[in-house]
Amino acid sequence: MTVLSLSKALNEGMRKAMEDDPKVLVMGEDVGKLGGVFRVTDGLQKDFGEDRVIDTPLAESGIIGTAIGLALRGYRPVCEIQFDGFVFPAADQIITQLAKMPMRSLGAIKLPVVVRIPCGGGIGAVEHHSESPEAYFTHTAGLRVVACSNPADAYSMIQQAIRCDDPVVFFEPKRRYWEKADVDTSSTDWWTPFDRARVVRPGADATLLAYGPMVKTCLQAAAAAEEDGRDLEVVDLRSLNPLDQPLVMESVRRTGRVVVVHEAPVNSGFGAELAARITEQCFYHLEAPVLRVGGFSTPYPPSKLEEHYLPDLDRVLDAVDRAFGY
Amino acid sequence: MTAEASRGAEAPPELVQLLTPEGERVEHPDYDIDLTPEEVRSLYRDLVLVRSIDLEAVALQRQGELGIWASLLGQEAAQIGSGRALTDADMAFPTYREHGVAWCRDVDPVKLLGLFRGVNHGGWDPKEHNFHLYTIVIGSQTLHAVGYAMGIQRDDAAAATLVYFGDGATSQGDVNESFIWASVFNAPIVFFCQNNQWAISEPLEKQTRIPLYRRASGFGFPGVRVDGNDVFACLAVTRKALEAARTGQGPTLIEAFTYRMGAHTTTDDPTRYRVASELEAWKLKDPIERVKAYLFKNELADQAFFDALDAEADQLGADLRRRCLAMPDPQPLDIFDHVYREPHSLIDEERAQFAAYLEGFEK
Repeated sequence: MTVLSLSKALNEGMRKAMEDDPKVLVMGEDVGKLGGVFRVTDGLQKDFGEDRVIDTPLAESGIIGTAIGLALRGYRPVCEIQFDGFVFPAADQIITQLAKMPMRSLGAIKLPVVVRIPCGGGIGAVEHHSESPEAYFTHTAGLRVVACSNPADAYSMIQQAIRCDDPVVFFEPKRRYWEKADVDTSSTDWWTPFDRARVVRPGADATLLAYGPMVKTCLQAAAAAEEDGRDLEVVDLRSLNPLDQPLVMESVRRTGRVVVVHEAPVNSGFGAELAARITEQCFYHLEAPVLRVGGFSTPYPPSKLEEHYLPDLDRVLDAVDRAFGY
Repeated sequence: MTAEASRGAEAPPELVQLLTPEGERVEHPDYDIDLTPEEVRSLYRDLVLVRSIDLEAVALQRQGELGIWASLLGQEAAQIGSGRALTDADMAFPTYREHGVAWCRDVDPVKLLGLFRGVNHGGWDPKEHNFHLYTIVIGSQTLHAVGYAMGIQRDDAAAATLVYFGDGATSQGDVNESFIWASVFNAPIVFFCQNNQWAISEPLEKQTRIPLYRRASGFGFPGVRVDGNDVFACLAVTRKALEAARTGQGPTLIEAFTYRMGAHTTTDDPTRYRVASELEAWKLKDPIERVKAYLFKNELADQAFFDALDAEADQLGADLRRRCLAMPDPQPLDIFDHVYREPHSLIDEERAQFAAYLEGFEK
């Protein structure tokens, strides 16, 4: 066991992937000497050279577009988009090319490209540095969309994403980068497949569904609810596309109450997909409507207001209270 | 300063030409080509046959057998000249109009029709031909081509990448980003812009105030304008640029100055935006007629050669029509194929549900 921060766990995971496969490349803005603005790629260029850890021009469409070309040549590029709000210049390449080219080729082409996106708020940043754009990508067929929430998953999931022959959009909870935990880097036996969800806290009375940065918030809410005599289950979805429906539905059928929590705006957010599927598949098991806690239908606010925008322990518990009011 | 005044300050664009519209061979100080009679006849055959394929495809669309077709009429020399400059190891990235380049890469013409007939989105294996799939979103493929060229660099391979795009595409961000990337990484790539004067209805003036090939200097690599209706010049210029790319001398922008003699696609009506006299003027510069004149004047081919080629072209068209009509339609459950390479639970679930739904009709 090694104690690793989430960012270091990602770093170690990429390092391992690069050692295992010489075709793995890392590319993005400032990923070389600087090691990325969050230091997730720290030291990789020093050890693997400038041909494998590529400081790119400041052009996100260029990063994804050239990564596609490198993948066509047999490489496995891991692209860093510096911040969530900077992914939109690359949206065309991700949505119209990366996601669709394998089907366009009738399977002749594989595009094992990972698009890493530090996401979410809570770090006091300026505009465009705190967003949660996952729903734009879960809506796009051809992409896998995953989100890690803790160092161990960060370590295993980034390696699984790199090994995967499909394009993967990989969300990293930037405000959790510095959180530390034990990670077993000596074995892969403990790895959970990266398209599966996991119950991170078993409970009997209600299910909290979360991913990325909100998993910790939900665990805190569950601990607080325990003092009120409520036994909350917390599910870390880990993969949004595909969604691990069997695990989610099993939990919901047991508890009968669900609160979905994400930082992204509630309106047309991923929680809407969860609510619809749960209603379709668990209608007779529900004691209350599926409730959603998330960002407001506003642009992300200035940082002095973000504590009000972001779901926190109290807003989660408020929703739990409402779920028990039916 | 007015646009006119700023344009007037520039030196007039130079056009590399090795064969005049009248079929006269001319010399150029930087570019030369030494072709055997057999090679000239072979290029002429390519030009004639790809025009025949194109005319047949237009006819198939008019008869409802294709949903749409993007004609290459008038651009045969640009495509055959550049396409024949490629070696097997080189990789080409087309738009959706490079039927002539596809021909040079040995892609069966019927495979081009699948996309336009609606049976698939792209019907050939790019690796088999070193010819990528058609890309419909304007300019996107230029970045793929640069990335591929960066891969060639990392493989230390003796190869280059040739990427096609049009005059309209030069306004796209991706094309400009691809110029920057190619330049800073010194990627082994040749940018081949077929300036056919029209981006659907928008004339060149809507895209640029300077000749397109001059854009290259701002990005830090050479640009050259070639007579896009001169197959000799297109071959010579592309060959030299590809060799420079293969030998570590970086990218080149080639602007092939040509003309889209047909509509943008079969859904377009050029009479709404351009005058007939423009087309008539360009017909005098037809890319095929000048090679025919050259063959005749130099007695490199006899009437029997032309007759046999006409018959071959007719046969190719008829064969293409027959095989187009015989192309099997895709099956409903094919919708779910190839979306992902690895198992995907949502796709599996939807496929099973839709299969069950379809079975309900059979009972």
